[in-house]
Amino acid sequence: MIANQFLILAAALFSLGIYGLLVRRNAVLVLLSVELMLAAVNINLVVFEAVRRTSEAIGQIFAIFVITVAAAEVGIGLAIILMIFRNRRSANIDELDLMRW
Amino acid sequence: MTDFGTWLAEPVNWVYLVIGIAVLVSAFRVVTSQNLVHAALFLVATLGGVAAFFVMLSAEFVALVIVLVYIGAVIVLFLFGIMITRAPTGVDVALDNERKLPAALVSLVLFAAMSYASVEAFGSTPIAEQGVATDTATLAEGFLGRFVVPFEVVGFILLAALVGGITLARRDLTPLEEEQRRAV
Repeated sequence: MIANQFLILAAALFSLGIYGLLVRRNAVLVLLSVELMLAAVNINLVVFEAVRRTSEAIGQIFAIFVITVAAAEVGIGLAIILMIFRNRRSANIDELDLMRW
Repeated sequence: MTDFGTWLAEPVNWVYLVIGIAVLVSAFRVVTSQNLVHAALFLVATLGGVAAFFVMLSAEFVALVIVLVYIGAVIVLFLFGIMITRAPTGVDVALDNERKLPAALVSLVLFAAMSYASVEAFGSTPIAEQGVATDTATLAEGFLGRFVVPFEVVGFILLAALVGGITLARRDLTPLEEEQRRAV
């Protein structure tokens, strides 16, 4: 196993996440794309750890921090989407042009 | 650069290829599926493959955290969000906008740039010491030793996100409803 096979796959996952972020209209699907990108970042952190082998496993610790913050982000994000849906009867982000000038 | 033949001779790389294709296909379906629930379920498949990669990279604890936190909790949260924010089940009218081509172009350019950078930087650097699991005690010592302050901060972030989520998502009673509740 070489490091690049995982890094390039992570790059592909990240690019797919970017594509979903740009293309999707539904806010929940945008959050799903963000999760894809965060998974790619986690792969990178774990691969760097596997290449360098620090004695404290710092790469894995950072990956777990990223997972924790991502979980918090999903909770808040879905609560915000729920609020928007309740007020506007729609979860499509291109209809949320209230703050556009 | 190791050539492809010797790379393919390692059995572990066959496992990598199978899981990698599954991960890529399901990730592609996450961003293209026209059914909200299917998109969320394909994310489960993607994250399962990512967890398998973590096992291959001897990061067992992180793999289990992915399975527990993502597949166990976050996806359930997503499915609830999908259920609440959508009236009809089945295929929705239009989940994508019309700017697919520029978006595909942006992501392809990004992918080319990132893979070029990682090929330049890492070449054929091997993964060190395959098959040696990372001790969970090592991670625990990291969390409660060198990284104890970020650990506490992350705990506080989770608490704040929990309180914030509840505050945002609860529906405040109208004055009339409050009156009725008090009367009961």
